[in-house]
Amino acid sequence: MDQMTEVMLENGMKVHLKEIHTAPIISHWVWYRVGSRYETPGKTGISHWVEHMQFKGTPLFPAGILDRAISRDGGVWNAFTYMDWTTFFETMPASKIDLALKLESDRMVNSRYDPEEVASERTVVISEREGSENEPLFRLEEAVESAAFETHPYRNEVIGSIADLNAIQRDDLYNHYRKYYNPSNAVLAIAGDFDTSSILERIRAVYGKLVGSPMAALELPSEPSLSSEKHIEVHGPGETTFLTLVYRAPAASDPAFFVMSVLDSLLTGPSSLNMVGGGGISNKTSRLYRALIEKELAISVSGGLQATHDPYLYSITITGRPDIEPEKVFARIDEEIGRLQDTKVTQEEIDRAVKQARALFAYGSENITNQGFWLGYTEMFDTYTWFSEYVKRLQAVTPEMVQQAAQTILNRAARVRGIYLPEGAES
Amino acid sequence: MNKSFDININSLPGPQDIHRKSLPNGITILHRENFQSPSVVISGLLSAGSLFDPMDKLGLAYFTSMALMRGTESMDFQTLYNRLESVGASLGFAASVHNTNLGGKALAEDLPLLISTLADCLLHPIFPETYVARLKAQIISGLTIRAQDTGEMSALSFDRILFGDHPYARPEDGFIETVQGITRNNLVDFHRSHYGPDNLVIVVVGAVKAEDVFNLVEKELGAWKNPQMAHAPALPAIERLHETVREHVEIPGKSQTNLVMGTLGPRRNAPDYLSATLGNNILGQFGMMGRIGDAVREKAGLAYYASTSLNAWIESGSWEVSAGVNPVNLEKAIQLILQELRRFTREPVSQSELEDGQANFIGRLPLSLESNSGVANSILNLERFNLGLDYLQKYPERVMQITPEEILRTAQAYIDPEKLVIVSAGTESHSENG
Repeated sequence: MDQMTEVMLENGMKVHLKEIHTAPIISHWVWYRVGSRYETPGKTGISHWVEHMQFKGTPLFPAGILDRAISRDGGVWNAFTYMDWTTFFETMPASKIDLALKLESDRMVNSRYDPEEVASERTVVISEREGSENEPLFRLEEAVESAAFETHPYRNEVIGSIADLNAIQRDDLYNHYRKYYNPSNAVLAIAGDFDTSSILERIRAVYGKLVGSPMAALELPSEPSLSSEKHIEVHGPGETTFLTLVYRAPAASDPAFFVMSVLDSLLTGPSSLNMVGGGGISNKTSRLYRALIEKELAISVSGGLQATHDPYLYSITITGRPDIEPEKVFARIDEEIGRLQDTKVTQEEIDRAVKQARALFAYGSENITNQGFWLGYTEMFDTYTWFSEYVKRLQAVTPEMVQQAAQTILNRAARVRGIYLPEGAES
Repeated sequence: MNKSFDININSLPGPQDIHRKSLPNGITILHRENFQSPSVVISGLLSAGSLFDPMDKLGLAYFTSMALMRGTESMDFQTLYNRLESVGASLGFAASVHNTNLGGKALAEDLPLLISTLADCLLHPIFPETYVARLKAQIISGLTIRAQDTGEMSALSFDRILFGDHPYARPEDGFIETVQGITRNNLVDFHRSHYGPDNLVIVVVGAVKAEDVFNLVEKELGAWKNPQMAHAPALPAIERLHETVREHVEIPGKSQTNLVMGTLGPRRNAPDYLSATLGNNILGQFGMMGRIGDAVREKAGLAYYASTSLNAWIESGSWEVSAGVNPVNLEKAIQLILQELRRFTREPVSQSELEDGQANFIGRLPLSLESNSGVANSILNLERFNLGLDYLQKYPERVMQITPEEILRTAQAYIDPEKLVIVSAGTESHSENG
């Protein structure tokens, strides 16, 4: 069995270790509780831009040195910024892992934020946003999310608005960095081919000496539930119509999340929660595929449920057919949701969703990087037991619970309905 | 300096643990076990590629491959997918130029179900009329979305200009007009003349024994025969560029312009393929996208991504630089990339750049092989390009033999910075080309 260890360093940094000896590889992840959830008006996108700046060097490891060092050792590294978190990982040959320990502990406190680098990264980040703007679904999502929340920062895109990306200054970035990047706001997760006691010694040596400044957990005022069905229309280039429905979903730590996960699996097919590798499975026997694609009302359908700290959104997204009115599609979806609200699903359907989840986790566990991901990711909204007990908690879901979730969560009177209308098809 | 490399050669897939068996009907089965995770992956190919597509039916091979799973003699569409999805398994087919590729995964306990479904789709598809029409609408919707995708549209024009009359010039999924004209009968005919056991390769990796895999495949596919299989046509020669060709694909309303520029690259089996990949790594991949990433992203801040790729196939390949930029920065980015290409073809890479690249190529091997699908795809490539089962184990040594001079010779043999295809797709900037 894989050996699991959980330790809290004196400076407040939580450490998760999982020994896995299937390949001579180690994956090292540092997670910070910062992302768009922590941003204030006028500063949207700052967390993601800070993540970029973290690759620009420290006095000890100037820009370019790190890249070279990691790549030379045959490692991969990357970083992601999300609503609730920012994470940095390195997956390396086991014998080279000390580099990851050294560089992540160093850049947790010593990054430079050189003004010239800030200036050139501003255009890189704007370019990243422009790439997203080319996609109709990004434009639709951005409009729908901001309609789905009044005040909660989940209403903003992680990448930030163009206005804010033009306005944010070097000191804004640096202060954001100094505030959130410290051991007491971080979780370290390492999975792979190591010996726990010797790696712990190294962790204490490099991370243990950093000074933590304890932070109160950010509590945001709870967002009132949607009081009506909002309609959003986005017009843009193209010839394809895209439709979306979004509902407020339970937070990941809420027991209702697991019920929602089963409900999503039945409606739009099982989603893989793996961040790295594993792949997904098709959704052609899901209720909405059968109701929409098999009935030639739409081209494709997918569902989106994400594990978040606060209640976020469950979304259903449809690629439309040119010959079908959006109203007809929405009506058909409502009919299917109505069926889930009125009639209990069978235990067999739930068992099937459980088996699908088990398979998806098995695919993801082939990969050490993904194992490291799960160790830290779950800490951003719950604890690691969320992952280790996931299948068990799906098994505990009953037909009654699914029916109740369909009634309360998939509430037609509390949702946002979005349509991307292509300008090419209008004229 | 004779550098050693820090890697256990015997832990890499090789003749000692890749099992290979040929069936009398032409099927090749390859297997490597991995009992660390309870899952299993299959990957494979057969020779029903889009190079068989008639010009007025481009997309036929792809359409056929997509239609295989829309119903068989014994299972309708919903029954077929219910079998797979109920156990969390997946299976899919997709045509490329030379081949139709297949891939799937399942929990190890469900491998028999996966293989029997695979066999049923290959041998007994019935292409039901309603599903053919539905699939056609889906493919056309995909092509309509493609027409708005700046990345895909720049790539499409790039291939068209670079490869001229060769099938590499044409998209596997066809065009809206050509897909419109494809009928159920076309699919039935294509299946009859191009699907068969000859040249079918199946790789299985995961928590299963070789004997069990061989028996399963033999049981399901061992009796398959198709005497009517057509042979691949002779393909037109691919000509080098005589001058730089510049094209812009205008797509209104886009924030970002995608740029692709490049030329022909080596075929996969070419002797200089390895020095080209190492050179490519230095040019536009190593670290944060190599020299080109450094010039365009890190120094100039012009793009979120700017990198190179080498795509090597059976008869030829392409050597490409791609970037996404704001329309006003397009010309600036092109000039920066040209500068790097000129340097790359004028002077040898430095010894330290080469050593970086070599260390990266060797060091990343274990990582690229950690998942079952990574191993399966590697083994499939060994078979497909005749590289030999010991290829991965000899790879570190071969990588270490490449010199800066060899990379320069290779770069000069393929890249002439004054004779490139340069394609952009997006919304033309109003502040330039006034």
